[in-house]
Amino acid sequence: MLILNLGLNALVTGVVQGCIYALVALGLAVTFGLLHVPNVAHPAMVTGGSYAVVVTNNWYEIDPLVAGVLWTVPFYVLGVVLYEFYARSFESRGRGSSLQALTLFFGISLIIEVGLVVAFGTEQQSVNAGYVGHSLALGLVVIPYRFLIPAALAPVIILLLWLYLTRTNTGLAIRAVAYEERALQICGRNPAAIKRHAFGIAMALAVLAGAALAVTATVDPFAGRSQLGRVFAIVVLAGMGTIPGTLAAAILIGVAESLVMAFLSPSWAPGVAFAILLATLGLRPNGLFGASR
Amino acid sequence: MRMPLFIALAALLIAGGFLLPQIVPNPFYFYAGYVVLQYVAIATGWNILGGYAGYTNFGASAFFGAGAYMAALLFKAFGASLLLQLLGAGCVGIILGVVTGYLTLRIQGIYFAIATVALVVVLETAVHATDYLGGAAGLPLLLPPPPAWFGGQPQYVFFVMLALAVSAVVAARWIEISWIGRSLRAIRASEPAAECSGVPTLKLKLLACAVSGCIMSMAGAPYPSYSSYVDPASAFSLTISLNALAMPLIGGTQSWLGPVIGALLMATVQQIATVTISSELNILAVGLVLIAFVVLAPDGLLGLGLFRRRQVS
Repeated sequence: MLILNLGLNALVTGVVQGCIYALVALGLAVTFGLLHVPNVAHPAMVTGGSYAVVVTNNWYEIDPLVAGVLWTVPFYVLGVVLYEFYARSFESRGRGSSLQALTLFFGISLIIEVGLVVAFGTEQQSVNAGYVGHSLALGLVVIPYRFLIPAALAPVIILLLWLYLTRTNTGLAIRAVAYEERALQICGRNPAAIKRHAFGIAMALAVLAGAALAVTATVDPFAGRSQLGRVFAIVVLAGMGTIPGTLAAAILIGVAESLVMAFLSPSWAPGVAFAILLATLGLRPNGLFGASR
Repeated sequence: MRMPLFIALAALLIAGGFLLPQIVPNPFYFYAGYVVLQYVAIATGWNILGGYAGYTNFGASAFFGAGAYMAALLFKAFGASLLLQLLGAGCVGIILGVVTGYLTLRIQGIYFAIATVALVVVLETAVHATDYLGGAAGLPLLLPPPPAWFGGQPQYVFFVMLALAVSAVVAARWIEISWIGRSLRAIRASEPAAECSGVPTLKLKLLACAVSGCIMSMAGAPYPSYSSYVDPASAFSLTISLNALAMPLIGGTQSWLGPVIGALLMATVQQIATVTISSELNILAVGLVLIAFVVLAPDGLLGLGLFRRRQVS
């Protein structure tokens, strides 16, 4: 009975955690999965988003998730500017190797992290909201609202993004741009503008994920570091560029982690995503839901 | 310069290092010089895979930390000498490099890079979870006294690190001018073309992973002897990963000289700067310099023509 209880709770926690992971991985699914830009700075951007949300929440007492939605606009603009910088540095000169792009984003993530340390110090920051500290009890299963509410947000955002990418013209263009830039040009769309737009969307998603993370737990400047392996594992496991697959893969990893945490030892949990990433690359490089390349 | 002459010069440099404790009395110079040489070894090791073959390793500290902990483990369990610790650390580096490389290098370089980032997290977690290695608190070591000739522990580890760094540079230069270096450059330029021309790409990439990992882990092995203490936060520190990447890129990744120049320059500046500025600002400065070089001078200082030299072929 105890095992059942423990297992059931671990399963539910895993699904809830997985939804939040999916939110964090979503921006990367756009930049890395659709645009093929190796944005290793994405988790650091999410952490930056968390700080933006924490600061607005503490100063103006706006609900953190609402603050996250408000911040999407400045972050979108920031993403557009950042992509323009990246494109001018590499892609337009036609000598952009992925090594240099990786290094650039690695440097950007360092600057974000150290900038946060300099501005706010290394101590943990947290948000205030009415639902933090309460839990929903369903029979044997207990879920704190601070997990449940951000997790419920994830499927909504993923559905909206998926509808945008499959039902609108611009969405189709984003999905096409990495594969056939010339064809897109012939259809009358500017590939550079499409990529800028997509990168802006990814940054806006980063701040939404940052808001979700800020609600679930305290944040510190280096929080992104532990997410990096996990978000890439999710994107690769899902298969490059599948948005609904991201949610499924994230839930899979969330459940695997929480089962390991419940039945083996919490200290091994960070290795789970890494092991899954390596296993996926070794056995099924196209991911679970990806089309073969 | 021919290889025998180069090796003779390298041997002369090591011999000079052997005599240095008799000439320079102040142990601080050995203390600071050790760190500079450690980065020469790490940057040289990193460059064999990152520079010649073009595969970025973001997790140099995983190899460094694994080497340091292997050395500490060998010492704690068997009281092994520093030489044995170095060999043990080298073996760990080879195994780590080959396993990570085998699992990720078959697909795309980017996955290797991500795997190396995750490797740091996983190894650090593993050390945290292992009580025998001291966990998060670290492991103090009661070291045997150094050989009398050197006069003190800093001088002794300085000499060991000098020998290691010089050997690493010799190995890197040999790889660069041999057929292995030519093949790795071909892989860097175009992997499919190299494969079609009969270059065994996977085998050579794995070889580069092994050599690179071996050197970086061996550079970590004297660390417990240097500080008589090892803890996860400093052994798997971000600064090491960052410097391993930044130094070759700043010096120039195409030849053995690039990482040496980059490491000597940056590590010396950092040694002077850590006395005056905080470590956060240090990381920030390195990050900014790194971005500037990647964007403006992708071939490093050597590419700028400041150190114009004959093409090795």
